Amino acid sequence: MKMPKISQRHGVVLAILAIVLLLPFVMPSNFYFRIATLTFIFALAVLGLNLVMGYAGQVSLGHGGFFGIGAYAVAVGPVHFGIPGWAALPLGAALAGLIAFLIGRPILKLKGHYLAVATLGMGILIAMVFTNEARFTGGPDGMSVPRLVLFGWAVRGPITWYWVSGITLVIAAWLAMNLIDSPTGRAFRAIHDSEPASGVLGVDVARYKLTAFVLSAVYASIAGAFLALYDGGVTPRTADFLRSIEFVTMAVLGGLGSVIGSLVGAAFLTVLPQVLTVFHDYEHIVLGLLIILFMIFLREGIVPAIANRIFGRQR
Amino acid sequence: MAQFLQYAFSGLTVGAVYALVALGFTLIYNASGVINFAQGEFVMLGGMVTVFATMAGVPLPLAALLAIAVAVLVGISLHLFAIEPAKGASAVTLIIITIGASILLRGLASVIFDKRFHALPAFVPGEPLRIGGASILPQSILVLAGAAIIVLLLWLFMSRTLMGKAMIATAANRMSARLVGINTVWIICASFAVSAAIGAVGGILVAPITLTNYDVGTLLALKGFSAAMLGGMGNPLGAIVGGLVVGLLEAFGAGYISSAYKDAIAFIVILLVLFVMPNGLFGKAGVERV
Repeated sequence: MKMPKISQRHGVVLAILAIVLLLPFVMPSNFYFRIATLTFIFALAVLGLNLVMGYAGQVSLGHGGFFGIGAYAVAVGPVHFGIPGWAALPLGAALAGLIAFLIGRPILKLKGHYLAVATLGMGILIAMVFTNEARFTGGPDGMSVPRLVLFGWAVRGPITWYWVSGITLVIAAWLAMNLIDSPTGRAFRAIHDSEPASGVLGVDVARYKLTAFVLSAVYASIAGAFLALYDGGVTPRTADFLRSIEFVTMAVLGGLGSVIGSLVGAAFLTVLPQVLTVFHDYEHIVLGLLIILFMIFLREGIVPAIANRIFGRQR
Repeated sequence: MAQFLQYAFSGLTVGAVYALVALGFTLIYNASGVINFAQGEFVMLGGMVTVFATMAGVPLPLAALLAIAVAVLVGISLHLFAIEPAKGASAVTLIIITIGASILLRGLASVIFDKRFHALPAFVPGEPLRIGGASILPQSILVLAGAAIIVLLLWLFMSRTLMGKAMIATAANRMSARLVGINTVWIICASFAVSAAIGAVGGILVAPITLTNYDVGTLLALKGFSAAMLGGMGNPLGAIVGGLVVGLLEAFGAGYISSAYKDAIAFIVILLVLFVMPNGLFGKAGVERV
């Protein structure tokens, strides 16, 4: 029996679409919708990070900063400049992209751990502006975010945001899969394998690294804006370096270079802490232990490791 | 001038602790290629175990030794039960493992100890000393002296003992080290132990000045990592210089520019240095083979 052939590109997007469409049938309460929404929002940011880390092979410990730019854009824009939320969101994304473009040029020349520390510094600098420019951002206490209103319709509540974030994630995954299958995506992977070799083959290494970086900053910024709008508030905690490390952990746990892995990794670190609250004080012990065990036994990341076991190694 | 000295003293004190954390990073990185983000937890363990042992009535020197022993034990377990089983995994996977270990250790510390801030009494009581119009706590001098002694001991250990030389050999080339009969698994284990001990000593020395709680390790690991990278990864001298520079930048930045942005100044300088010297202050330029 021969299955009708679905390309991997469509398979991945359809799988995520199926998850978004089918989950509501098994979720009994608003609380579950909230967790799922948070998972989708984080998955969106991790998906962007995965483009830069998993495909182009460039570490970033600073994406919490871009996430924060998106979040603060929808807070500061309406409150201080009278820009409505629906316009502040793309403006924030554009600002994050612009900053990534400007910082990315010098930073992306660095390699490996040096790039890690430079992006870390960048993220911390951005977060520090949120903490200290209290006139605009409310300082360490943060500020509240006006509800998003689209054509007179107030976007609020877990179920509404479930669909907004879920559909956005599907679209983002579809765009990412298309990009990965394009010459740009192949250039990313060539750079990942060897920068000098891809340079010799005519790949403009600096430009493609920058493309991946800017794109991932835009993804993170949109995710940040969603979180702020959904929560109705934002604090510097939204954007601090722990957030950046959380994103990297999600990306690696789920599987670098795997779009579905981004969703699985985000789910792991969003759902698990909720489940682990049954352990009360021992919550972090179990969480740390699980991260170690998953990384030891599924070292390529959850999704690639399981895929390899099922379909055999593709080498 | 007095003000300048005052900032310099406080910068050097904090910088010495960063230097010790950075040194710990460097040791483990050189031996095993692992960036150990749980490095800050050794500092936390050093401080917290000493605090709680003294509260239980153990005399201070014994409590300090106990704390170092606990940290060493944790360091060795980290290697045996988390890093060694993942042998051959990619660098980023190993980093996530150490982040997991750091979450685990913090969780353990919050349960075994508590979540409050604690201070140790100063080891050498007495009035602050006046130097050039600035004052320095005797404990600060102890931190600096302690860090200097550790660096000296480490240097002696590396250059004068067989095991130290085996560590250097393992760092230089693990395969050749194994070929000349060095048990590299043992050596990597030892480097985790030494690194943990160094971190713990730093944590004990600084606990009377900066307070300690279950959560201090995260930020220290971050600063130590940044310091190590500023100095040039894998270079012990670079780690020490990097640590002191980051400490001084923070102190001067907080004093002369803005205390709210003190971390910003350190990171801006790190970024600028890396733009000019992409392998850190003392790092060697790497050659990538194709």
